[in-house]
Amino acid sequence: MNFARREPRWAVFFTVLIALIAQVVPLPDWLSVVRPSFIALVIIYWSIYAPHAGGIFAPWLAGLALDVFKGDVLAQNALAVSLVAYIAMSIHQRLRNQTLVQQSLFVFAMLTLNEGVVWGIEGWLDHSVASPWRWLQPMIGAMLWPFIALLAGRTHQKA
Amino acid sequence: MAVFGSGGSRIGGGRGPSFGFRFFCYAVVSVVLMFYDRKGGFLDTARYGLQAAIYPLQLAVNSPSAAWRWIAESFATREKLQAQVDQLRNALRDQQLVTLRQAALEKENATLRGLAQVLPDVIEKRLVGEVISVEVSTLRQRLLVNRGGNDGVYRSQPVITGDGVLGQVIRTGPFSSEIILITDSEHALPVQVVRSGVRTIALGTGRSTSLELPYVPQNYDVKAGDVLVTSGLGKVFPFGLPVARVTRVERNPALPLAQIYAVPLAGIENDREVLFVWGRSNLPASTATPQALAVDPPVKTP
Repeated sequence: MNFARREPRWAVFFTVLIALIAQVVPLPDWLSVVRPSFIALVIIYWSIYAPHAGGIFAPWLAGLALDVFKGDVLAQNALAVSLVAYIAMSIHQRLRNQTLVQQSLFVFAMLTLNEGVVWGIEGWLDHSVASPWRWLQPMIGAMLWPFIALLAGRTHQKA
Repeated sequence: MAVFGSGGSRIGGGRGPSFGFRFFCYAVVSVVLMFYDRKGGFLDTARYGLQAAIYPLQLAVNSPSAAWRWIAESFATREKLQAQVDQLRNALRDQQLVTLRQAALEKENATLRGLAQVLPDVIEKRLVGEVISVEVSTLRQRLLVNRGGNDGVYRSQPVITGDGVLGQVIRTGPFSSEIILITDSEHALPVQVVRSGVRTIALGTGRSTSLELPYVPQNYDVKAGDVLVTSGLGKVFPFGLPVARVTRVERNPALPLAQIYAVPLAGIENDREVLFVWGRSNLPASTATPQALAVDPPVKTP
């Protein structure tokens, strides 16, 4: 019983770190515009399959790291990612019973929400530097979801 | 039917407050952080520390391209290096000729203006930094450079290359600093046309090959080919650093202002090195005489 409850904290840490790197590694302009939020994808995964490993704190910290890295206003990504994590955690039991393809619909909605929150905050702080291509990111992220979920699934034993 | 905020805590069984409550706390913290970060103030110190914490990761992320450059340089052929040395030697000779003339010109200038001695150079001190990463998109034109607060780099410090003004420091960490290029769409730079003395502001456009001068009245004397230098107004850049060359002047009679575009002289394509400069603060904004610089009242064309 005790063993079953052990949370994959290190797996969370390392996958989030890899996602952060994937998120900020320099890419050509056209590619980086449509780069999905890997952090949000990985956080959604852990929110569904191990909601207690990182709680809300891990998503928040990951978002904050992204803010510092990209030089954005502090906590804008942190807020967006933790909101996504919170929603995913709230309905994680239902999501676990869905197939990966069914889940991608939810992932699409969450990535759109993530992008929308960031966009809204940018606009609120009159810092609006928006490219319309950013709304393509959630779609690409949703298409990548099954692969990311499979990859992340190999880093821990599912309960 | 799961209910928001209650589903998570059920399996955990008494592991502290629910997700909903915790999310609420983090959201409040986030909004407070955003507010104070935007306002500036005590969070700047926190940023400074965070910048240091994230620096190793920034280095790691950019190490593949750095490694590639290192390999390419190590395996450069002898002929290529020889050609480069020849080219640099030629450039140095040309520069020496210019410098020889300049000393004489400065003395002459001082005599003409009745000054006891030559004014000191506007640039007091400089520091070479190496570019770690480049972010050049329509939304942001930024550089990350491996010099920071520990080297004395400060916020809004001018950054130049051998060709001209590159940008200014927008944020510093202990070991690194972020530079906003003059072509960033959020950057504005007070400039002056060398030929006619017209002073205006050059705005970034988000494209690395274009600056915009939207505040020049129709009848002011600006032509394609004019060189723009910093005017020293705004107290960020010292006077007289080359900035850009005017490429296009559009005068639409229907509009009160001319539309002028210029191409920046400095680029980061050929060089991974930039110069941080410390300007002399007690110099007048512009060392030219007021008469020479005063923009003539616009000539009314009949």
